[in-house]
Amino acid sequence: MELSVRVTKSFGEFTLDAGFTVSGSRIGIFGESGSGKSTLVNMVAGLARPDGGEISLDGETLFSAGRRVNVPPERRRIALVFQHPHLFPHLPVRANLLYGWKRCAAANRQVRLDDIVDVLKIGHLLERGVNNLSGGEKQRIVLGRALLSNPRLLLMDEPLSALDDTLRFQIIPYLRGACEAFAIPYLFISHSLLEMRLMTDRVVVYERGRQAGETTPDELARLRMGTSPVGYINLLRLTDPLPRGNLFSYAWGGSRLVLSTPPNGGENLFELSSKDMILFKKHPEAISARNLLRCTVTGMFEAGRKVGVELACAGGRLVAEVAGDAARELELGEGSEVYAAIKASAFRRLG
Amino acid sequence: MPSFTPADIDAIRLSARVALAATLVSLPFGVAVAYVMSYLSFRGKTFVEALLNLPLTLPPVVIGYLLLLLLGKKGWLGGMLDAAGIRIIFTWYAAALASAVVGFPLLVRSIRIAMESIDEPLVQASRTLGARWYDTLLTVILPLSLRGVVAGSSLMFGRSLGEFGATIIVAGNIPGVTQTMPLAIYDYASSPGGEQAALTLCLVSAGLSLVVLFFHEYLGRRMGRRD
Repeated sequence: MELSVRVTKSFGEFTLDAGFTVSGSRIGIFGESGSGKSTLVNMVAGLARPDGGEISLDGETLFSAGRRVNVPPERRRIALVFQHPHLFPHLPVRANLLYGWKRCAAANRQVRLDDIVDVLKIGHLLERGVNNLSGGEKQRIVLGRALLSNPRLLLMDEPLSALDDTLRFQIIPYLRGACEAFAIPYLFISHSLLEMRLMTDRVVVYERGRQAGETTPDELARLRMGTSPVGYINLLRLTDPLPRGNLFSYAWGGSRLVLSTPPNGGENLFELSSKDMILFKKHPEAISARNLLRCTVTGMFEAGRKVGVELACAGGRLVAEVAGDAARELELGEGSEVYAAIKASAFRRLG
Repeated sequence: MPSFTPADIDAIRLSARVALAATLVSLPFGVAVAYVMSYLSFRGKTFVEALLNLPLTLPPVVIGYLLLLLLGKKGWLGGMLDAAGIRIIFTWYAAALASAVVGFPLLVRSIRIAMESIDEPLVQASRTLGARWYDTLLTVILPLSLRGVVAGSSLMFGRSLGEFGATIIVAGNIPGVTQTMPLAIYDYASSPGGEQAALTLCLVSAGLSLVVLFFHEYLGRRMGRRD
C-alpha cells in the first residue's frame, strides 16, 4: 500500500497542513488530541473535503483540487473503525457484518464471513442484536464489518481509546492478527505511544495540524524517553510460566526472568520501564533484585539529560537509562559489558 | 341515542379519506425534504426553512386563498390543469391538497428531528462500507428514523381531520362532495336547531382524534422498546 497525502484544510484559526507519502502495511499516525488526526482520516476516507491538495492511494487519485477529482467514499474502498463502535442498531450482528460485504464487487470478495468469524471468535454472537454486546465484542464486530467490506486500506481512528486497559490489550492481537491474516494494510491513528509500538512499523508524527516527522515507533519511543515520565517502555513477550517460591519464572528468549506477577492464561505481554533497571560494572555479589542479567552495550543515545543504553542480553534487547554522570563513571561504550538488575515487581502486565 | 343522517356519514367518511390521502401523498415529499434539510447544506437554506414552517403560523384561510389563486381557472397552475381537463378547485382533491399543505410542516419536523438524532458516524460508516447516498437513506437513515416518520404521519393525519380554514375556501362546503366533518359541524352550528347534530359530530371528531393520538403513543412506545 502506498498512500500519498498533500492537503490543507482550515477551520477558523486552526489549519491542518498534511504532506506525507507512506508505504507499508502497518502505518501509524501519532499525535496529541486536537492535532488534526481525525480530520485527516476523514479526508482520506472521503468524508471531509480538503480545501486544496491531492490524495492518492496506490497510484489512484482519490482527491485532487487541481484536477477536480473527488472520489465519493463508497467508491474508495477505504474502511473505517472509529473510537466508538458504531454498529447499526437496527440490524443483528450478522447483518452488520455483511453490510459492506454485500456492497463489495464480487471480484473483490477475498475475505468471507466464515474466515472472519474464525479469526475474531464471534461465532456465538452472529444471531444476537447489537445492543447487548460488551464493549470488546462490539469492537470486534466493527472490525469484522470493516474487514468484510474487503477494503484496500483500513483506517483505525483511536480504536482502543474507549476501552479500558485490560480490554485494550486483549483487542490488539485481534486488530493486528486479522489485518495480517487477510493482508489488509492499515493506518492506525492514536495518541498512545504504546499502541503505536504494538501496532505499527512506521509512524507519521503530527503536532498542531502539521507533520513533525516520520520515523519508526521504537525510534519515537527513544526520542521521547527524556521527556516521558515513564521513560522508555521495554515490551517483553514472556512464555512458559513456572512457579518459583512465591514468585514466577518466565522464559524470555534463551534465559529466564523472575516476576512477582502470576500468568493469566492469555498472552503474557509485560512492560518494563528503562527507569526500573540498575546497571553495574562488575557482578554485585548479593542484591535484593531477583534478576541480574549479563549484557553487552550495543549502542547509546542522548535523551535530554539522560543517556539511553541499548543492551543485548541472552533473552533479547533492552533499553536502560542512566544519568550522564553515571554513564561516564561506568565508562559505558559500545561493546562494554555490564550487569542489569531488575526487581521482580518492576514488570507490569499489559492487559 | 345520537343518530347520523346520510350526510353526516358522508362527512365522516370524506374526512377520513381526505386525511389519509393528504398523509400518504405528503409522505414521500416529507421524507425527501427532511433528508435534504438534515443532510445537505446549500445557499438559502434559512429561507427554505422559514418557507417550510410558514404554514404553521399563517392563518389557514390565507393558505386556502393562496391555493385558490394558484389553482383557480386564471391561476398559474390552474390554467394549465384546466387546459388538460383537470379540475381541482371545489373537489375533494382540493380538500386533500389544503390539508397536505397545512400539515406538511408537522410531518417534516417530526421526520427531521428523528433524522438529525441519528449518529453521524453511522451514516459515515455506511458510506465507507460501499453504500451510495440513496442506499444509506434506505438502509440506515429511514429505518432509524421510522419512529419520526410514524409520529409525523399520525400527527399530520390528525391535523388533516380537523382542517377547516383552507378547505372551506379552496374546496367549498358542498355536502357529499367536499363537506368534511369540521365543515358539517360549522353548518349545523350556524343553523337553528342544529345543536344536537353539531354536538354529535363534535364527539365523533374528538373520538377520532383520540384514537389517532393513542395510536401515535402506542407506536412510539413499541418502537422505543425495540431500541
